Amino acid sequence: MNADFTAEELAFKEEVRTFLKNEFPADLKAKVDASVRLGKEEMVRWQKILYEKGWAAPTWPVEHGGTGWTHTQCHIFATEMGLFGAPEPIPFGIKMVAPVIMAYGTEEQKQRFLPDILASNVWWCQGYSEPNAGSDLASLKTSAERQGDHYIVNGSKTWNTLGQYADWIFCLVRTDNTVKKQEGISFLLIDMKSPGITIKPIELIDGFAEVNEIFFDEVRVPVENLIGEENKGWTYAKVLLTHERTSIAGVPRSKRRLKALRKLAAATDDGLGEFMSENPSFNKRIAEVEIELQALEYSELRTLAALNVGKAPGPESSILKIVGTVLAQRIDELFLELAGYNALPYVPEQFEAGFDGMPLGPGTTASTALTYFNNRKQSIYGGSNEVQRNIICKAVLGL
Amino acid sequence: MDFSYSEVQQMLQSQVQKFVRERYDFETRNALVASEKGYSEEFWKLFAELGWLAVPFTEEEGGLGGSAIDLMVMMEEFGKANLVEPYTANAVLAGTAVAQLAEGPGKQDLVNSIMAGERQLALAYLEPQSRYNPFNVETLAVAEGDIVKINGSKTGVLGGAVADQFIVIAREFGETRDRNGLSAFLVDAEAEGVIRRNYPTVDGKRAAELEFANLRIATNARLGIAGEAATGLQLAVDKATVSACAEAVGALEVLLQKTVEYTKTRKQFGTAIATFQALQHRMADMFIECQLARSIVIMAAMALDSQEGEKEKTRAVSAAKSRLGKAIKVIGQEAIQIHGGIGMTNELDVGHLFKRVTALDLQFGDGEYHTERYASL
Repeated sequence: MNADFTAEELAFKEEVRTFLKNEFPADLKAKVDASVRLGKEEMVRWQKILYEKGWAAPTWPVEHGGTGWTHTQCHIFATEMGLFGAPEPIPFGIKMVAPVIMAYGTEEQKQRFLPDILASNVWWCQGYSEPNAGSDLASLKTSAERQGDHYIVNGSKTWNTLGQYADWIFCLVRTDNTVKKQEGISFLLIDMKSPGITIKPIELIDGFAEVNEIFFDEVRVPVENLIGEENKGWTYAKVLLTHERTSIAGVPRSKRRLKALRKLAAATDDGLGEFMSENPSFNKRIAEVEIELQALEYSELRTLAALNVGKAPGPESSILKIVGTVLAQRIDELFLELAGYNALPYVPEQFEAGFDGMPLGPGTTASTALTYFNNRKQSIYGGSNEVQRNIICKAVLGL
Repeated sequence: MDFSYSEVQQMLQSQVQKFVRERYDFETRNALVASEKGYSEEFWKLFAELGWLAVPFTEEEGGLGGSAIDLMVMMEEFGKANLVEPYTANAVLAGTAVAQLAEGPGKQDLVNSIMAGERQLALAYLEPQSRYNPFNVETLAVAEGDIVKINGSKTGVLGGAVADQFIVIAREFGETRDRNGLSAFLVDAEAEGVIRRNYPTVDGKRAAELEFANLRIATNARLGIAGEAATGLQLAVDKATVSACAEAVGALEVLLQKTVEYTKTRKQFGTAIATFQALQHRMADMFIECQLARSIVIMAAMALDSQEGEKEKTRAVSAAKSRLGKAIKVIGQEAIQIHGGIGMTNELDVGHLFKRVTALDLQFGDGEYHTERYASL
């Protein structure tokens, strides 16, 4: 039993580090370090750099433009990206819709959609949740009725992330009302420029509208945009949900943030003549988070080792999701504690490009509260942490 | 990267499982707890024959390799059975102290007698004022010619009630909390000047308090160099800490498993209580705690087996013991709570496992202590 990387893997790690240091644009690095949100142009710019390098979709099969890396190499790549602060490509295309197209799409669909996903020519978004179908996703109601060569789609989708940038949306739609709810769902790709689609931003508690509600009013979708068989969409979506879950723990990102937290603590007065880095109670809380992070990291490595010997990730990904998100939220709390009054100014435009006023709060601390607010989403999205517990109960404990 | 068990580890695991299945049920354990010695000498001999007592020792010492991962695999199974034999106290804590500190032919004799199951050794290092700090030692050893005079007292000596000999940590020079100045001495339990007060512990094991009143021993009873026992002592305590953590992981898994089984059979309001989500999610949390505990113990065992420095090893061990402290409270308390009244009784093994993991939390420093130690390193 060992957790060591081979010489080849260590060399690969160096290669990734060198690439990130040389190729991740300096202006984006500065924004990431200052906790400033990246815009569409910036994200696409970075994704195209990854594409040029051939690293846009490490886990894809080589025939579609993947890397052919081992699970361990994919892990190293994701880890180095997270430690450096380079964002992973937006997941909706590469990690979410593409595997479904590869597994269940026709040859024609693969040719039509995959190259543009890989090259970041097309921005995808997800149409799963509905106002009345959240954790109980299978109860979704958006309908797709077959009329000749088209489906007529009516209904609405919500919690659609960054749909304001999207060219295409992949949706779960109801194609049969007469059967068990899971058995009447289909997987449909829809062009966002289709007549009848309207998009309404939803402002979150941090003041930014990163999610939307999307309305479909008699939207005509060609039948060739159906993936796989009609009424099999739920099965496809479930397969997709068990994919790509090993990096869900967010270990490298939390490591990077803890490092930044320690640095900030060493520069933050405690009001009693010392710095917060010398406050035993604060240090103990940092230690607890760091220890939890190590327990999480080794849980992730155990899952990875199981993948390496051909075991599909099972309910372990539920553990990684729950623990990883709660930990990230605890780090937010520690940042908030350090920031104190500096977290109170609400001047979000100071984090936007082109702001030329006087920044409020030292360094990054003025965005701390907004990050804390925003990250409350982590334990809700991707199957809420309560739904993850249901999965553990059912799949592991037999309850 | 490879998290699978080696052949030796698989063999150890299945050997212990077979022994427990065939010979170590709950009633057997209860009878041993109530017996005069508090453990089975017959089983101890069997452990020696099966090579289990050789696990903590290196091949040069005639042992199985001394790997902390091997030890972890075996201790988990001991934990599942809630074994009362003083394995960690004797073979790991005292054994590692001997292996680290003793020198020359005397060392091999001692190691051989531990591996053969012929001698029960216990490490007497903590004192009433030391709390969990192994270097906080007031017991004094004063050399006079070829005699050493020892005065002082020791507390919480695990396995001390059944020990034939003690390894006593005493100070030859330096201040109370100095690393330097500590020596280890081999002392016969029956020697004049040794006052031993035996007591049973809450988890069904045996321990002792010791007092040394003008104890006189020969200078050749000193293990290793005068005043330089600290590093070996630290390693022995660290290895015993990982051993305790691994034992706890096994016990916690059984607590979870028994709790889940119980909720599937216990009916209230016309249905199995396993159907209540208020209980389901708490059992999911117990499962998560088990997995995190297992992961971090693997990390600590790997660190002990690595080429890392003493500080890195101690830090990894503290991380594990800190995290185990939390898991022990969550799983132990929830197991009792979800069992309800029956969980409060001594009739059920669940309560005994709860008591054992509680004791394991306190031994070698509880979770809070280790969090602070981790933060200070």
